Amino acid sequence: MSKYYLLHDNSQCIECHACEVQCKVNKSLPVGPKPCQVFTIGPQLEEKLPRATYVFVSCYHCKKPLCAFACPMGAIQIRPDGIVFINKADCAGCKACIEACPWGAIQWDPEADQAVKCDYCMDRIDQDLKPACVNICATQCLDFTAPDQVPKIKRYVRVGGELKIK
Amino acid sequence: MSKDIYSLCFMCSVRCPIKVSIKDGRAVLIEGNSHVAGMDTSLCPKGAAGIALLNDSQRVQYPQIREGKRGEGKWRRVSWDEALDYTAAKIKAITDQYGPESLVLGERFNLGTHVSKTFMNALGSPNYFSHNALCKGSSNTAFRSLFGCTDDQMGADMKGAKHIVLYGRNFLEAIEVRPVKTLMNAIKNGTKLTYIDPRITVTATKAHRYWMIRPGTDLALNYALMHVLLREKLYDAEFVERWVLGLSELEAFVEPYTPQWAEKETGIPAAEIVELARESAALKPTLFFHGYRAAHHTNEIYFRRSMLMLNVLMGNIEGPGGYYFVKGPGDVGGKTPRYLTNQKFPEKSTPVRFDKVGTPDSPLPDPNHGEPQILPQAILNADPYPIKAFIANRFDVIGSIPDSNQTKRALDKLDLIVVIDINYSNTAWYADVILPESIYLERTDCIMPVNGLKPQIFLRKQAVPPRYDTREAGMIFKGLADRLGIGHYFPYQNMEDLVSWQLEGTGFSPADFAAKGFVEYVKDQISWDRKDGLKIKTPSGKIEFTSSLLENAGIPSFPAYESMPSPPEGRFRLLTGRLALHTHVSTQNNLYLNELFPENVLWIHTQKAEALGIKDGEKVRVSSSFGSGEINAFVTDLIHPESVFMVHGFGQKNKKAARAFGKGLSDAELQENISDRVGGSPAYHHTFVTVEK
Repeated sequence: MSKYYLLHDNSQCIECHACEVQCKVNKSLPVGPKPCQVFTIGPQLEEKLPRATYVFVSCYHCKKPLCAFACPMGAIQIRPDGIVFINKADCAGCKACIEACPWGAIQWDPEADQAVKCDYCMDRIDQDLKPACVNICATQCLDFTAPDQVPKIKRYVRVGGELKIK
Repeated sequence: MSKDIYSLCFMCSVRCPIKVSIKDGRAVLIEGNSHVAGMDTSLCPKGAAGIALLNDSQRVQYPQIREGKRGEGKWRRVSWDEALDYTAAKIKAITDQYGPESLVLGERFNLGTHVSKTFMNALGSPNYFSHNALCKGSSNTAFRSLFGCTDDQMGADMKGAKHIVLYGRNFLEAIEVRPVKTLMNAIKNGTKLTYIDPRITVTATKAHRYWMIRPGTDLALNYALMHVLLREKLYDAEFVERWVLGLSELEAFVEPYTPQWAEKETGIPAAEIVELARESAALKPTLFFHGYRAAHHTNEIYFRRSMLMLNVLMGNIEGPGGYYFVKGPGDVGGKTPRYLTNQKFPEKSTPVRFDKVGTPDSPLPDPNHGEPQILPQAILNADPYPIKAFIANRFDVIGSIPDSNQTKRALDKLDLIVVIDINYSNTAWYADVILPESIYLERTDCIMPVNGLKPQIFLRKQAVPPRYDTREAGMIFKGLADRLGIGHYFPYQNMEDLVSWQLEGTGFSPADFAAKGFVEYVKDQISWDRKDGLKIKTPSGKIEFTSSLLENAGIPSFPAYESMPSPPEGRFRLLTGRLALHTHVSTQNNLYLNELFPENVLWIHTQKAEALGIKDGEKVRVSSSFGSGEINAFVTDLIHPESVFMVHGFGQKNKKAARAFGKGLSDAELQENISDRVGGSPAYHHTFVTVEK
């Protein structure tokens, strides 16, 4: 598991999809692959008010990444900080990783004929920048943080505090 | 080599401040300009997708002159010299024969508007129009009728509001980044949101109160709210006494409009209407927000006035959480920038505009913008005179003006159609000449003054050189002007010159914009004294509920409310609107935006769909008296049964916009071209349609 956590606050999300677009711009991807994606559940009525759940999904950067184990080329690697990434130079395009990932995180780039996935924009975080999706978020409902901070943040939110990491 | 350029977005008309990252000479990423308060690095999806526009091979790449028949889609690539020579010669021949007024120029309002207006002024034609009336003309007139200034001269402070009421203003999807961030932050900090809309949108999913109102009856709701506020003396008596003209007239007028009466009209229970009125008095300040898109019904101006009057009644003017008068450089002792339109021009060939704005036929709409939707009728009827040539600057008349078939019939009658655009638009398909504009990332533009509580100036600065053989609109008009003998009104050689010329005397220079992308006249916000310091520009110096602007034109301030008709059995009221992924009729062909939302669908209520035998996802035919087309049905409980809804801007007819071509249906093909002639906006939600399998 990576030392990072990409936290999505549904209450602030407006389903604008800026995260998805910026991710694709940053990775110069063609039509098709979506390393991150926002899904909508609802709206349905909850106590007479319309409510929807907006779900952000990308890659969980698993501690034992099945995609990496499945890759016959050793193209999927784990950084010391836990980021699971594809070394494009070694990807043969066999799609074993797509088959192996239980979460559908691995996407297919039809122009490169290779797999592509979220790597938390590791080139950006190495320059102290946030991942492209977090950076662009129209309402700052996305936050790039550490997993041990998440319970704190959630408790703050529950008592009406501010969603901020110190 | 990496560098950052601060500039302004133009994927929609909001013009958010942006930072463009340049790597090895290529623009690679765009984010919000975090130097600007409330912006951070945020952008909307359209702003992010600007890179896809820049790199798009499906935008207009070079000047073209039509070869085949009009609308056949055959053009010849020409040089800029040939394109400008050809266009100027045609304009000259037409205006020599029929007078300068036979030329109309219409555009999407932009930073170079003073350049295009100067082009028309120098030729002596009164016929400039902007798209503004299609968006908010009736709001503009409503503001002038009450406050003596336009809607652009007032703003609303959402941050300070304890409660915000939105009427059909799908705030979170018709996205403007900074206001959306402000609203979401306000909600997080406890501000309540009331949202009234016949359709459940993303905005509805964040509201604390949601009413699925019967379509088009919001005015009745507001009259009932005023009735309660006045009857129960919940209004701000001190403010109203000091600043309002016509309270007793309003009181007498709304007396019959009880909550019980409004319940029958709107479908909202009377008790809940009373509750909202009382809550707006208890939760002060409550902001009744007018927003953009004031173009729904033929009574639009009275609806817009009613929202503003609710704020005035609650004293919600020039204070936190309310409407404020924007402050310009003049209010802080600064010098305003120069505009080409400040020059002296020859007398116009006729004072009468093609849309007759400013004449007894249409006395009140703002002549600075005009009424675009009148253009087809003016051409077809040669009324008030023959119109022979049309320049469309980034404005797709076919996709934007109601009744596309009528618009096309009108275009057929013209001797010259010139399209200046970045896109292969519906109208470009009909053009005789296409003059491609450089996109916002490829050009320096005229300066953008932002008047508000703190006057500022922003600059759109070229981030990368043009990818194709395109030019800035400011240089295209200059090129035409040079050939028409009016070049002396355009005293610049390039856009940087023009910016320097505009800034002369302001104390700022172009170099001052490099660090942050903007400059400001003062550090602190300024507010006027609410007791005695409001500078209201109406003849009475008061906020005019009984409006001299209206009544001097023979138009009543308080006409009796006319019930909004329900559609007859088997018909639906056609509603239209936006989503975060697209702007108007301009982004549907963008690689990434098209991928995420390639095609609009028709929202129809589950019970109505069942009765018609329509299943979710099935292709249906939608028809009105004006047009007909096919679209996939979205069967849902999220919409009022009287109405059907589609997102605006689809049904592209230009084959060169290949991704969007033929996808979905254009609302403009179905809508009747009918207007609120008092306020100036078309009534986009006026038309009834049938839906069949």
